[in-house]
Amino acid sequence: MNEIVIKTDKLTKRFGNFIAANEITFEVKAGEIFGFLGANGAGKTTAMRMLCGLSKPSSGNATIAGFDIYKETEKIKKNIGYMSQKFSLYEDLTVIENIRFFGGIYGISDKQINEKSNTLIEQLGLKNETKKLVASLPLGWKQKLAFSVAILHEPKIVFLDEPTGGVDPVTRRQFWDLIYSASDRGITIFVTTHYMDEAEYCNRISMMVDGVIKALDTPTNLKKQFSADSMDEVFFELARGAKRKGD
Amino acid sequence: MRILRFLLQKEFKQIFRNKSLLPMIFLMPIIQLIVMPLAADYEVKNINLSIVDHDHSTYSQKLTSKIISSGYFILSDYGNSFKNSLQQVEQDKSDLILEIPQGFEKNIVRENKQKLFIAVNAINGTKAGLGGAYINNIIFNFNNDLRNDWIQSMRYNQIPTIEIVSSNWFNTFLNYTFFMVPGILVVLVTMVCIYMCSLNIVKEKEIGTIEQINVTPIKKFHFILGKLIPFWVIGVFIFSVGLFVVGRLVYGIIPVGNAGLVYAFLSLYLIAMLGLGLLISTYSETQQQAMSVAFFFMMVFLLMSGLFTSIDSMPEWAKIIANCNPVTYFIEVMRMVVLKGSNFSDIKNHFIIMTGFAVLFNSWAILNYKKTS
Repeated sequence: MNEIVIKTDKLTKRFGNFIAANEITFEVKAGEIFGFLGANGAGKTTAMRMLCGLSKPSSGNATIAGFDIYKETEKIKKNIGYMSQKFSLYEDLTVIENIRFFGGIYGISDKQINEKSNTLIEQLGLKNETKKLVASLPLGWKQKLAFSVAILHEPKIVFLDEPTGGVDPVTRRQFWDLIYSASDRGITIFVTTHYMDEAEYCNRISMMVDGVIKALDTPTNLKKQFSADSMDEVFFELARGAKRKGD
Repeated sequence: MRILRFLLQKEFKQIFRNKSLLPMIFLMPIIQLIVMPLAADYEVKNINLSIVDHDHSTYSQKLTSKIISSGYFILSDYGNSFKNSLQQVEQDKSDLILEIPQGFEKNIVRENKQKLFIAVNAINGTKAGLGGAYINNIIFNFNNDLRNDWIQSMRYNQIPTIEIVSSNWFNTFLNYTFFMVPGILVVLVTMVCIYMCSLNIVKEKEIGTIEQINVTPIKKFHFILGKLIPFWVIGVFIFSVGLFVVGRLVYGIIPVGNAGLVYAFLSLYLIAMLGLGLLISTYSETQQQAMSVAFFFMMVFLLMSGLFTSIDSMPEWAKIIANCNPVTYFIEVMRMVVLKGSNFSDIKNHFIIMTGFAVLFNSWAILNYKKTS
């Protein structure tokens, strides 16, 4: 279990004079749930987009699932799943059509798609909704569906960008159950969030302030380090020094 | 191929579920083809004529009835004051004033010579020019009739006259719709393709699904083909409805040339235009942006294509623009093949140029479409 699946070395992204992500260096081990925290505008999404191959780094190196972030982006894409801040399934397709489509473009065989969609629908309790347009589902269900679709092709790593924004606490718990079960299957979870209770669920977390990683450890160790009772306090302690205004 | 199948399935499902797109695909072409050609008629009719008659003689009556019976003019006013008639022009009730001076008949009979005065409201240049030309022609004929009357009564013919007999080829009855319908059909197909293709892709950018596609191992080439093929099919469909249903049933236009040739050119043309749509979408972030850019191109394409105005009479610089306009070539091909029955060797150059456009737009678009920013 100690295989390293994400390794970055001074990864930097500049937009003109603005340095969105500044020399980010960290490692994530296989099967880990890695929390990526920071205030709005701290550079989390930028960093994540670089790791997914959506955005070219300005400098620095990184390997994802053993592939180089510059030269082997297409190989990386086969091995990762991604769920963005914006809901990104097709709202004008039904539940089952979305599953089939994303399964299909990852090259999963028809037989496997059928099997997987059956178990997935069972698991999410969407049996009566399979033929409904995704647009008509409540947000919480959409997010759970989006996550399940993102890991449909059994990627090594899945990147989740604020997956539970605007979702009620019960559904958030269910969402984390899904994350745990994916993690148990050996999928590495890389997640950004603003909810500090969710931060506690992570194996390790990193705190990003103004494009720089200010702290990186397990939640327990971080609390000890900042002699805080909760992750909330740790967050305040670190984010207080931020110069950038949130967006 | 399997990935392409999934992409196409998805695209077609989305198109058929889109409630604003379907009417655009099916209704707009039919309505436009039925309404526009009837209105876009260059023949000038219904010219309002005001006659100032100071003579009130048999000849002035004869001239008046000859002009009115031509069918191009409506007598809006008949009086004996030029001032009144000018007021009519000022109020836009008349387009043309014909002044018949006092002693019109007397002077013709006695002195073989008489002058008439025509005043034209030249705000609408086409109407004024043609109206003036028509009335000149009628007066000239009237003059000839008079001359023949007089000369024949003298029983010998002194003046040799040249009579011109003309025959209209390819559009015997100068039916304006024959000229317009093939051209409007081209504009229609162009519009639907550029708009739909660019808006469709930009919509995916706006709602963020393109991001989800970009993190998959899907190839650029597959994604683009998945976008182009559905709209190519729709383009061919609209064209066929326009040509064979509306064109034939409503206007009685039956292609003189080989329809297969038209379709071959259409296929190539659609690839070029969809490439342009794709190119617009790669530069636009929002649907408004794409719409404005597409609208700009459509305006230039429409006005600089020789659809309404003849390219030959454009100034040199405008000819250059018209020659860089893909729509120009398809309109030419349509008019040549559908009306004249031209064959492949006549439009070989058009094929070569259109291939150039297709390669240019598509390779530019593919280069500019990036999965990674």
